[in-house]
Amino acid sequence: MIDRILTLSVNGREHRVLTPDHRTLLELLREDLRLTGTKHGCELGECGACTVLLDGTPVLSCLTLARSAEGHAVTTVEGLAAGGVPAPLQDAFTRLGAAQCGYCTPGMLMAASALLNSVLDPSTAEIQEALSGNLCRCTGYGKIVAAVRLAARSGR
Amino acid sequence: MIAPRFSFVGSGRPRVDAGDQVSGRTVFADDMSLPGMLIGRQLRSPHGHARITRIDVRRALALEGVEAVITGADLPITYGILPVSQDEHALALERVRYVGEPVAAVAAVDAETAARGLELIEVEYEPIEETASIDEAATDRVLIHGEGLGRNVHRAASLEFGDVATGFEEADHIREDVYDFRGSTHAALEQHAAVASFGTDGRLTIWSSTQVPHYLHRALEKVLELPAAQIRVVATPVGGGFGGKTDPFSHEIVAARLSMETGRPVKITLSREEVFYTHRGRHPVLMWVRTGFRRDGTITAMHFRTHLDGGAFGSYGLATLYYTGALQTTTYRIPHYKFEGVRVFTNKPPCGPKRGHGTPQPRFALECHLDAAAADLGLDPVTIRVRNLVEPYSTTVNYLRITSCGLRECIEKVVAASGFGDKHGKLPPGRGVGLAVSAYMTGAGLPIYFNDMPQSEVSIKVDRGGGVTVFSMAADVGQGSTSVLATIVGEVLGLDPATLAMVTADTDLTPVDLGSYSSRVTFMAGNAALEAAERIRDTVVAAVADELGTTRDVLVVGDGRVGVEGAPEKSIPWPDAVRAAISRTGPLAASGSYTAPTLAGPYKGSGVGISPAYSFSAAVVEVECDAETGHVRVERVWLAHDIGRALNSLLVEGQIEGGVYMGLGEALMEEQAYRGTLHRGPSLLDYKMPTFLDVPPVESILVETVDPEGPFGAKEVGQGPLLPVIPAVANAIHDALGVRIDEVPITPDKVVRAMRDLARGGSGRVGPASVPEFDFGRANRVAVPEGLRP
Repeated sequence: MIDRILTLSVNGREHRVLTPDHRTLLELLREDLRLTGTKHGCELGECGACTVLLDGTPVLSCLTLARSAEGHAVTTVEGLAAGGVPAPLQDAFTRLGAAQCGYCTPGMLMAASALLNSVLDPSTAEIQEALSGNLCRCTGYGKIVAAVRLAARSGR
Repeated sequence: MIAPRFSFVGSGRPRVDAGDQVSGRTVFADDMSLPGMLIGRQLRSPHGHARITRIDVRRALALEGVEAVITGADLPITYGILPVSQDEHALALERVRYVGEPVAAVAAVDAETAARGLELIEVEYEPIEETASIDEAATDRVLIHGEGLGRNVHRAASLEFGDVATGFEEADHIREDVYDFRGSTHAALEQHAAVASFGTDGRLTIWSSTQVPHYLHRALEKVLELPAAQIRVVATPVGGGFGGKTDPFSHEIVAARLSMETGRPVKITLSREEVFYTHRGRHPVLMWVRTGFRRDGTITAMHFRTHLDGGAFGSYGLATLYYTGALQTTTYRIPHYKFEGVRVFTNKPPCGPKRGHGTPQPRFALECHLDAAAADLGLDPVTIRVRNLVEPYSTTVNYLRITSCGLRECIEKVVAASGFGDKHGKLPPGRGVGLAVSAYMTGAGLPIYFNDMPQSEVSIKVDRGGGVTVFSMAADVGQGSTSVLATIVGEVLGLDPATLAMVTADTDLTPVDLGSYSSRVTFMAGNAALEAAERIRDTVVAAVADELGTTRDVLVVGDGRVGVEGAPEKSIPWPDAVRAAISRTGPLAASGSYTAPTLAGPYKGSGVGISPAYSFSAAVVEVECDAETGHVRVERVWLAHDIGRALNSLLVEGQIEGGVYMGLGEALMEEQAYRGTLHRGPSLLDYKMPTFLDVPPVESILVETVDPEGPFGAKEVGQGPLLPVIPAVANAIHDALGVRIDEVPITPDKVVRAMRDLARGGSGRVGPASVPEFDFGRANRVAVPEGLRP
């Protein structure tokens, strides 16, 4: 096992972390940085719970080596609210009941946030397509779609 | 009657914990980290059935970083959720009974060292004959529990209410069908996790993703031989339960034992593969049903048989067995009813309770059977159901007390909203609609272990600043129980529910609630919270009456004030009112409790199915089927649910939509499948579940019957709405293609097989031909309840 020092930008802040070379981004975020907002449901890239943004693009952090994130901007759910004010997407999830147990929520928010960064007012079909890699067992997805639409209309 | 005006009850309000959920601040069990914490891992059996002939942990113990290794010998005491099924060991002793059963465990400085430690444990097995199915369990084989050969029967039941022979004689038409429900698993997104910490004071604390902290408390007391007073169980926010976190589990006990061994905190988080082995999901059930009808569709008698594949251990199985026969009578009047059921052991992960617990399987059978009978009799699906509806405030033939019942209205509303009458039998080929109805318990009438204490207790404490803290052991599993309790207390005290401090699911801090299962929390913890809040309110009102020199009867509590209605000058802010009360009567605290009325009928097994109230649901599903590929696309679902009263319409809709989603998954794709005793694909890739692209729009319709015993009239919604969805899908497929798939899940291959059969002039049915022979013995004959006798 080789340890190395990684320099990572997470939610706008530089972190220098001594960590095993084979560390996944998920492990680095949760265990080294204690940013436990990012979840895991399978650690095999099947459920989407660990979705984070790499330069604005959603990636599965369980399948991403931490070292490959060096030099890129990582955004996690902890980085969504600017200055402690919930993002419109977070607010919409709250108001419309898009979170039940809340476990898939961080991954959903990150995937949805990437969508809204690229499509101003996505259709229901576009939202369903963009989020289809994220599983939820509680909501039946309908309120999540509605929340993303609401956030899109209220300016992300 | 003037409808009561509510400040908070009824409106759709966000969850009180939503802010943490959307910002990643909710701390789930695996998010926890304590100083010096070790990581635990379990070694699991690669055999379905084998004797453990040798187990040697010395090499693992010698590995640097491994702090403790334990085996079955370290935890010899058995446990199980039901007092009558104490058949599990936290780590297998002498014998393993399913692939994936925990055998040994390691605590190490990190996950990788723990994994390497597991590899160094030497276990030798001597495989023995396996039993893999209901059919195999029906023949003499090596016993899974006990020694020698025999049938692997866990328990059988045989009950006859009234006289079915007479009922069948009165019938103009008798129909028999056989159905198979293959079983599924919960697959909550959060894998089970627990952190245990044994302190220098001899106290054990465990934080676990559990729906039942109280029952876990009892299991730990027994297995670890620690006094209950030295154990603290905290249920962390549960990242999805659905019944899958309702047993005491090996990893919880093992984490505790490893912490006691090492004197350090130990965390065990299951991998997704391990979650599939932990299971406790929907029992596979083979069913046979025979029903007598009059020409007009009136049911004269029903005989229902169930064969349950229980997996390797008891779990909730004895209750599940009775549940497969209990609730058929809660939707339809059945004057003579016979139920026979048997649960067998097989060498597979244990089955247990999943959303609907033992009732979705017979509900699937019953609702498909009724549609088939309606076709025989030339009736439509609505008529045959309405003809047989239970009446509100009645007693069923098996002694279940029905109170408020809006089933008729549920049917009328889904039929009207969906245009069922204009669509059934009239849509173009490949398109169809199906109807089904159901009922579910609002909380099991009895606790899991016999006792005379309340089923739910809630305490409230108010501080001098007016701050209200509510204490309840109810675990929020995503259904929103904490928000519901806040709503009830807030309504009574006139305070915004979002401003209350909620302390939940901690055995050191909160009074007992039996747990988040059987759809009991809103009704039972809700009633306890209501009583506690009313006591606080009464104390405060008395003090304010004294303060203002007026009488209590003119005072109202609301909008953060206490005083005379419509006279702001004669009212004082809530904090002042609280201080007035504390000045007069001392610390302001109160408790409330709920105990269900005595409901059990005069027969053995009557404890299962009783409930203080039942919810009712009706569903219409519209499908489009591809006759070539067998692919079924659900276009739309209409679901009407008798909720009693919606305490929070947003949460109620959420439960309906989630229940519909889970029902669709079970109907069309989900199966906990095995090759022999080996799980066919213990991953979220192989276990197919609906994604965003698979779910149709759902139209939820709330029917409010205001139950006389529910808090503000509320009943359950967490489980009921799943039930009618599965048979409604099957009935819609029949309407679309003319084929009957009497086996769930209805996968495309089955539809294609049925279409081929139809094309060859067959009946177009796919499903089991028969159920295994089993001697249920003489039925326990139970006289029909007084009021129902002819």
